[in-house]
Amino acid sequence: MTTMTARQIPDRLKSGLERALKSWESLLFAVAVAIFVVNCFASPYFLDPWNLSDATYNFTEKALVALAMALVIISGEIDLSVAAIIALCSTLMGAALKMGAGPYELVAVGLVVGVACGAVNGWLITGLGLPSIVVTIGTMSLFRGISFIILGDKAYTGYPEAFSWFGQGYVWYVFTFELVLFVVMAILFYILLHRTSFGRLVFSIGNNQTAALFSGVKVARVKFILFMLTGLMSGVAAVCLTARLGSTRPSIATGLELEAITMVVLGGVNINGGSGSILGVVLAALIVGLVTFGLGLLNVPGIVMSIFTGLLLILVIAIPVILGKISRRRKAA
Amino acid sequence: MKKLFRHREIQLLAAIVALTLLIAVRFPIFIEPSSLGSVYTDTSILIILALGQMTVILTRCVDLSTSAVLALCGMIAAMLNSMYPDIPVILLVLLAIVAGGVLGAINGLLVWKLEMPPIVVTLGTMTVFRGVIFLLTNGKWINAHQMSDAFKALPRDSFIGIPVLSWASILVIVIMFVALGRTALGRSFFAVGGNANAAVYAGIDPGRTRFIAFVISGALSGLAGYLWISRYAVAYVDIALGFELDVVAACVIGGVSIAGGIGSVPGAVLGALFLGIIKNALPVINVSPFWQLAISGTVIIIAVAFNARAERKKGRVILRKAEVTA
Repeated sequence: MTTMTARQIPDRLKSGLERALKSWESLLFAVAVAIFVVNCFASPYFLDPWNLSDATYNFTEKALVALAMALVIISGEIDLSVAAIIALCSTLMGAALKMGAGPYELVAVGLVVGVACGAVNGWLITGLGLPSIVVTIGTMSLFRGISFIILGDKAYTGYPEAFSWFGQGYVWYVFTFELVLFVVMAILFYILLHRTSFGRLVFSIGNNQTAALFSGVKVARVKFILFMLTGLMSGVAAVCLTARLGSTRPSIATGLELEAITMVVLGGVNINGGSGSILGVVLAALIVGLVTFGLGLLNVPGIVMSIFTGLLLILVIAIPVILGKISRRRKAA
Repeated sequence: MKKLFRHREIQLLAAIVALTLLIAVRFPIFIEPSSLGSVYTDTSILIILALGQMTVILTRCVDLSTSAVLALCGMIAAMLNSMYPDIPVILLVLLAIVAGGVLGAINGLLVWKLEMPPIVVTLGTMTVFRGVIFLLTNGKWINAHQMSDAFKALPRDSFIGIPVLSWASILVIVIMFVALGRTALGRSFFAVGGNANAAVYAGIDPGRTRFIAFVISGALSGLAGYLWISRYAVAYVDIALGFELDVVAACVIGGVSIAGGIGSVPGAVLGALFLGIIKNALPVINVSPFWQLAISGTVIIIAVAFNARAERKKGRVILRKAEVTA
């Protein structure tokens, strides 16, 4: 069992600068810079603006989902069905394409399907009061299962040129549409979580759901919105991914939920809910992107990269716990 | 009669019988003994995994790495067999079980000593274990002709008319039934999941108990790994990919509460059989196998909704009784 230690409350808070320097985000920033420098030395092809621009595709779609996932995890829930939502959105976009939908209608289909899937999750979790981990394991099979029913072993291809822009186009110079979209979304999510009362509600629910309920927070409604938001962002990611790949298979985006959760946890969001920041998630996304791109330049195969993702996920949580144990032991001695 | 039907296991059994009969009305061939026997054999691996998973879920954890452990242990056994065909098969089986136990212990230690959330730990180890298979094999397959005949034959060999694969699952069912119901350790899984604080006062270490649950789950996955690879006579990186969802689904359908502390061996076995029958019936009734994923998803959601209602009702009844006696 955990040994209870009396929490020490300092006489005065540390100065803002000291806190900022010791924060998780500044550590992440240092790590990101370090990886960047290492990559520069490891491969001569790294420091090329066009290469770097291509590199952003390693994380933008996952990071778009991670932004919303961060809010869900902060509220004490989890959504394992995001990759399956992407698959279903992409499949139905493909079906709409076959029925003659234009590029903007395709985007609309993707977003609407995403929100609808999120609403299904939200209803099962808040309406019926079921645990989110089992519900989203179930809907994960359900959503991807529907994609398999529709597509079987076939694929949708032949997306129009105008639609491909959402995944391959450039807004200006080397800045891709996906990267710009991610930056805009990150700012919006930063405002939503850290600058609005809705964001405070998310934190309050994650810290103590019962207390939040007794304080008059409409817990169920907030959670419902969060799951719809995750569905929406999965829809956005589905549009980008489909447009970039130019084809849809039912196995699209397999395992993306793991990478999105890794980004969120690496970004310093407490997996048990209650704390975290969008800045951390953005930096974590950057780190994951830089690492995979660097390894890719060194010809490391994808499945070996997934070992790094897995280890990263475990180490990031384990190291603070180990450090905390050591410092506690030192204090006790 | 009504009392009998209140039991989760009886309800599920009734559902399974009804489902089977429904299929049999249209396709009588489905309920021939040999056909039902092969359905059971087909479900054996799922049953073994579900019993391991149930032990973990009872302690309020979850093990998403089971299918990765299965694949890694199976691959280790297959590689050793192809390189040294002289090693007796039974030794390879034991090795697969031990290797699974070690991998489970890694999960368990992270959960016990570092108090990490089990879902994150096993999501992480799931990818790491799969990656390790790739590192071991360089992505190459081990095909049937590289395995010795004895290695491939064992699960199919029949003993008193029943294949060894089915015997393995029957043996695991019996052992788990006795271990969970009749030993102090078995009861401690329920105690930790039901109320970890109360378990501490009863002298149980929740962390250690969870650790043991993960080791059991890992060891059973290791056994399943050998069975899987020798049965299908092929080993590669992506074997049993996503099968952990079926395993969790079998538990949830079998009435195992994801919040811990509630569940039974017969329930988990019936849950696995329910999925197994659906899986085997789809080709019989001419439905594309692509439907299977969506059906298991729907069944999981319905089952968990059912469980939640059953658990909620129980609480109310106790309260009413207390009011009456007061």
